[in-house]
Amino acid sequence: MSRKEVLVLRDLLGSNKAVAAEIRQQLSARGILVLNLISSPGSGKTTLLEKLSEMLCPEYSMAVIEGDIETERDAERIRAKGIPAWQIMTGGACHLEARMIGRLAPEIPSGLDFLFIENVGNLVCPASFDLGESLRCVLLSTPEGDDKPKKYPKVFSTSDCLLITKTDLVPPLPFDQERARKEALDINPRLMTFAVSAASGSGMKEFVDYLVSRLHSLRRSHA
Amino acid sequence: MHELSIVANLFEILNQKAKEKKAKRILSVTLQVGRLSGVVPELLRSSFDIYKQDTLAHNADLVIQEVPFKVRCLACGTEMTKEDFIMVCDRCRSTELEILQGTELFLLKMDVEA
Repeated sequence: MSRKEVLVLRDLLGSNKAVAAEIRQQLSARGILVLNLISSPGSGKTTLLEKLSEMLCPEYSMAVIEGDIETERDAERIRAKGIPAWQIMTGGACHLEARMIGRLAPEIPSGLDFLFIENVGNLVCPASFDLGESLRCVLLSTPEGDDKPKKYPKVFSTSDCLLITKTDLVPPLPFDQERARKEALDINPRLMTFAVSAASGSGMKEFVDYLVSRLHSLRRSHA
Repeated sequence: MHELSIVANLFEILNQKAKEKKAKRILSVTLQVGRLSGVVPELLRSSFDIYKQDTLAHNADLVIQEVPFKVRCLACGTEMTKEDFIMVCDRCRSTELEILQGTELFLLKMDVEA
């Protein structure tokens, strides 16, 4: 037998990255700002989206892609707000991949402003998969503790913004916002950070203003 | 456990390359895995062992070269390895650092029986 070395040098996430790049190019050209929301389960992604729908609409339009292992519950909550929503049930998979979004892309209505992708609740696996988003947002809720960024560096390193959620629960929770912010900024000094409560509305306006300014800059760069 | 889906993708590339090279068997597969690639080498190994059954790679060894996380300071030019991923220059404390390596997840090469 003859043993032969075959040099390959291929990115194992290359096919996902290629699909993601195509989605980003297409949706950005259509003037749609795509956001990928990543967090642990129960950190308030769906509640944040419900609140955003009240604040952004009707001046702006939005749609939501919900990723969950099972059930249509999250999409139903969003539709109850009058917002178009698609549910992707991964059937066990711990993250969304770009081709799952790509399959839905033709159904995304024209004239849309914001497309939010709510990833499967998981602070680990979704971090490795580009979905074609323009902005990646990681959520960290106050009950989870302020020590998470250094324990889960990949997701904080690859995100554009950090939302500390459920700030209305501090006190009584021993969550130190400054520590959480500092830990996250140590990993990624370019992170935009926000502290919000979807329940009380605190900090939400700053986040909405940021989203709107990012939408305008996306449109300027594609004008 | 996204390692399974990454290994599924690895096998797509391996099968295609093995066919191109008319390989009879795949003897070893070498990956480069960055410290901040977001995957766990141990889980890549167990996923690889599941996937390799009934393929040309059924007896193949998986070699994983771990790549340290290295950055360069844009302010003072120092290059350094960061075990803790903290993006602050060890020398001048600047936070303007550029990642040089450590986020990759590459199939480097495979050894085949031709």
